[in-house]
Amino acid sequence: MKITTVKELLEAKVVWGEELIGKHVYSACGSDMMSDVLAYVKDQSVLLTGLVNSQVIRTAEMMDMVCIVFVRSKVPNQEMIELAKESGIVLLATDKRLYDACGILYSNGLCGNGVRRG
Amino acid sequence: MDNNIIRFTYNVDGTDFTSAGQASVMLKKNLRQLGISPDTIRRASIAMYEGEINMVIHADGGVAEIEVSEECITIMLKDSGPGIKDINQAMQEGFSTAPDDVRSLGFGAGMGLPNMKRYSDHMEIESELGVGTTITMKINI
Repeated sequence: MKITTVKELLEAKVVWGEELIGKHVYSACGSDMMSDVLAYVKDQSVLLTGLVNSQVIRTAEMMDMVCIVFVRSKVPNQEMIELAKESGIVLLATDKRLYDACGILYSNGLCGNGVRRG
Repeated sequence: MDNNIIRFTYNVDGTDFTSAGQASVMLKKNLRQLGISPDTIRRASIAMYEGEINMVIHADGGVAEIEVSEECITIMLKDSGPGIKDINQAMQEGFSTAPDDVRSLGFGAGMGLPNMKRYSDHMEIESELGVGTTITMKINI
C-alpha cells in the first residue's frame, strides 16, 4: 500500500513529507507506549499513535519506519516536524481514533506483521 | 586486533527528556557510515536508545562508550545514578520504578531492560546502590 492510500483511507492530512507519500508501506503498528513499539520489529513501516512528543519521531527512526500517523486530531509540534524532516519520515494527522484507524488500514490489507524477538 | 576497533563516545544529557535519544541517532549515523547491515544497526540502535532513555529517567544521564570490531558492536552505558536494587526484578517485563510523568511520555512501562536484552546477543549489568550502573551489550555483526 502506498502512503497516499493510507492518507486517503484515514482522511488524513499531510503534516510533512508530501513528496514522499508515493513510498510503499508493508505493515503497521498502533500504540501510545513507545517501548511496546520497540519490542516488535519486522519492517513495520507505519506507526499509528496518539502520543505527541519528540520520542515518537526517535522511536520511528530507530525502527526504520517511514510514516507516522497521529490519531485523535493530535498535531505534532515544530520540533517534531524538524526531526521528521531530518529522518525523512512522513507525518500524517487524522481525526480518527487509534482503534478505528488501525481497523481501517488492517481491513484494507495493511497487516501487523510484527515479530517479537526473544 | 586492537587497531581494528573503532570507538565512539557520547555524553547522554540527563536534564531534558525531550532531547533523549540524540546519542542513539548519532550512533545510528556512525554505524551506517561503517557499512554495517541495516538489521544489525537497527538492533544496536534500539538497544542503545532504550538504555539512553533509562539513563535520562533514572540516573540524570551518563556516558555511552561504543566499540565496533569486525565481529561485534559493544555498547557500554555508564551512569552514576541510584543503582538497581534488584536486577532480576528489573529484568521482568512490566516492572518499572519510573515516575508517572514518564509513562505519559510513552515510556516507563517496564520494557526498557527486557528490550535491551532482546536486541543484544549478550548483556551484562553491574550495579551498586548509591554508586551507579554499568550495562554492557554486545550485538554480533
